[in-house]
Amino acid sequence: MTSPSLSPILKTSHLLGIEGLSAPEVVSLLDLGETYVAQSRAANKKAALLKGRTLINLFFEASTRTQSSFELAGKRLGADVLNMSVKTSSVSKGETLIDTASTLNAMRPDILVVRHQDSGAAELLSRKLDCSVINAGDGAHEHPTQALLDALTIRRRMGRIEGLTVAICGDILHSRVARSNIRLLAMLGARVRLIAPRTLLPCEAERFGVDIFTDMKQGLAGVDIVMMLRLQLERMSGAFVPSSREYFRFYGLDREKLSHAKPGALVMHPGPMNRGVEIASDIADDLEVSLIAEQVEMGVAIRMAVLDALSRGFA
Amino acid sequence: MTAPNGKSGRLAFRNARLIDPASGLDTKGGLLVENGRIADIGPRLFNDAADPEIIDCRGQVLAPGLIDCRVFTGEPGSEHRESLASASDAAAAGGVTTIVTMPNTNPVIDEPSLVDFIRRRAQATAKVHVAPTAALTQRLAGETMTEIGLLKEAGAVAFTDGDRTVANARVMRRALAYAATFDALVAGHAEDPELVQGAATTESEFATRLGLPAAPALAEAIIVERDIRLVELTGARYHFGQISTRAALEAIAAAKRRGLPITCGVSAHHLLLNELDVGAYYTFRKVKPPLRAEADRAAMVEGVANGTIDVIVSSHEPQGADTKRQTFASAAFGAVGLETLLPTALNLHHNGEADLVRILATLTAAPAKLLGLPGGRLAKGAPADLALIDIEEPFVVDERALHSRARNTAFEGRKFQGRAQMTFVGGECVYSAPLSPPR
Repeated sequence: MTSPSLSPILKTSHLLGIEGLSAPEVVSLLDLGETYVAQSRAANKKAALLKGRTLINLFFEASTRTQSSFELAGKRLGADVLNMSVKTSSVSKGETLIDTASTLNAMRPDILVVRHQDSGAAELLSRKLDCSVINAGDGAHEHPTQALLDALTIRRRMGRIEGLTVAICGDILHSRVARSNIRLLAMLGARVRLIAPRTLLPCEAERFGVDIFTDMKQGLAGVDIVMMLRLQLERMSGAFVPSSREYFRFYGLDREKLSHAKPGALVMHPGPMNRGVEIASDIADDLEVSLIAEQVEMGVAIRMAVLDALSRGFA
Repeated sequence: MTAPNGKSGRLAFRNARLIDPASGLDTKGGLLVENGRIADIGPRLFNDAADPEIIDCRGQVLAPGLIDCRVFTGEPGSEHRESLASASDAAAAGGVTTIVTMPNTNPVIDEPSLVDFIRRRAQATAKVHVAPTAALTQRLAGETMTEIGLLKEAGAVAFTDGDRTVANARVMRRALAYAATFDALVAGHAEDPELVQGAATTESEFATRLGLPAAPALAEAIIVERDIRLVELTGARYHFGQISTRAALEAIAAAKRRGLPITCGVSAHHLLLNELDVGAYYTFRKVKPPLRAEADRAAMVEGVANGTIDVIVSSHEPQGADTKRQTFASAAFGAVGLETLLPTALNLHHNGEADLVRILATLTAAPAKLLGLPGGRLAKGAPADLALIDIEEPFVVDERALHSRARNTAFEGRKFQGRAQMTFVGGECVYSAPLSPPR
């Protein structure tokens, strides 16, 4: 199976963030993603679109989910995929990020997928490499493919994004997923709410055109989608919140809190989940309510769409 | 123009615009140097002379050489970034005739023999004066005060932990009280270390958009307020090495009105750049304290103009590829600035934001007075440390043309107007601009 048309979709040769994309570009990526859902469900999942192309997955932070999603997406489109993780690279030997970029550049990859703990890492690499760079998450900055897969998931279930109210709950401060989702959802006409204790809200968050709540029940009232964020364990022992049990009591998603949302509201989580910290197990496992498994499936499809779109700019 | 030297013992300038901020002098005239000192100065000096040995300044500004109160070098310990010699080359090219070095080296300048080392190395290798500061606390650890009396005897001009704040108020109180005993100047850095821990920039909407770890700007005022109270308690002479926020400026202005012996500086970076100049994670603009909001930058300019801010410094901090070719959060703080100090300060003059004599005062007379240095003035008997400045010459900063060993300038590609044409230390020419003779 091939993509419906080979007309250009993206104006740039990299995908560094949702910022910088236009609404038509996002919609085109989502439309293209739909076609790859179908391909991924077929018996023969493989296409030859990227045959002969090299994709490098460069992950400075461990992420089984995102890395394998990009790996599958690349392989289903016929690319050769190389996974590099920081533990086996010379970065741990003190090489600068730009030196790493030069080394990789000399290997002549066509696409570099990068995950890094520092904001701006993907942008830095994109300036130093000749190939296309995809940001698979940089610090607390952006994680564009996550926002795209979330949008595709929502659109398939709800039929639209415009006019929906989406609550993003939890550790907004450290979350690139939140930043990318806020940008994308606002671009497509959704109303976005942020719900978190004050310690986990970034400075001037209101300037993003969102509504801010510190109370879950108030914040969830009438929402269509509840998007939970992962709270890293080291942030729960007094640094940002006093304890995990206190966090779950006030900000963990359980049936009672969810009952304040619109009837039929759906729950999302970018994974990996901390059951009993930010989300109750019975909600996570309830397929009537939880979109979590679907998000993973959409993840592969949207990444195939992104690879396809970027490859249209290849010489 | 050939570079004249003072080896004959005599050096004469005619047709200059003489500016001496210490006395307020701003007049056309001439200046005579004999044996490394200013022998005569006046409006009628050499008016009629046609002697080719006399330097015709063609109306350019002849001012005291600049004194830069805040210079980090790499010597000892990181000479690959900057040695005293290479820093002094950069200084000379910037019209700077005295650099005040920070003790943040490896090893830290925290004992008399190391102050002596800096002075001897400077004597042997540097073409400008080097006035070393010493650490206020041993190893800059903020725990135990240094031998302030012995260090002062060895030649330390001030006591500072450089870009580190003494977090412990009890240690700071005792160090200030002890320093007051010796009438030693203490220079503090104002950033609450716990509040800014891990932060790469100032907390703001912009930082949130970039997803950068950030700390609130008030981390500065918290320490400024604390140290003002401690000065009130101890009577120590205290200088805030550099401030960057309106809140700090207002606190210092109020302290000065109360008559406290407090002064402060600002870096050229904080006069010209604001937090948005970090742009797309531009690590050469990652400085300490971080660039602030535009309102704070404007307050700094105001502080220079109205005299609340005493000195403008470069906060010259050499970094190499290894420390700057990184992501913004991982990159080191600091930018070189010796060669752009004068142009950045002159920018205030060209913008009509501050008076030229006032600007030059912050770079000459004020730091000399603050540190008790002999230069910084055009007066009979003063050292012939001089800068001949074309205040109009336009140029573009090009990192390849810098004399500093490190090239991490925050102003690459920026257009400026005005820079040093010739620099003299003790009557000897240590720098003469290539290809741009006085117009």
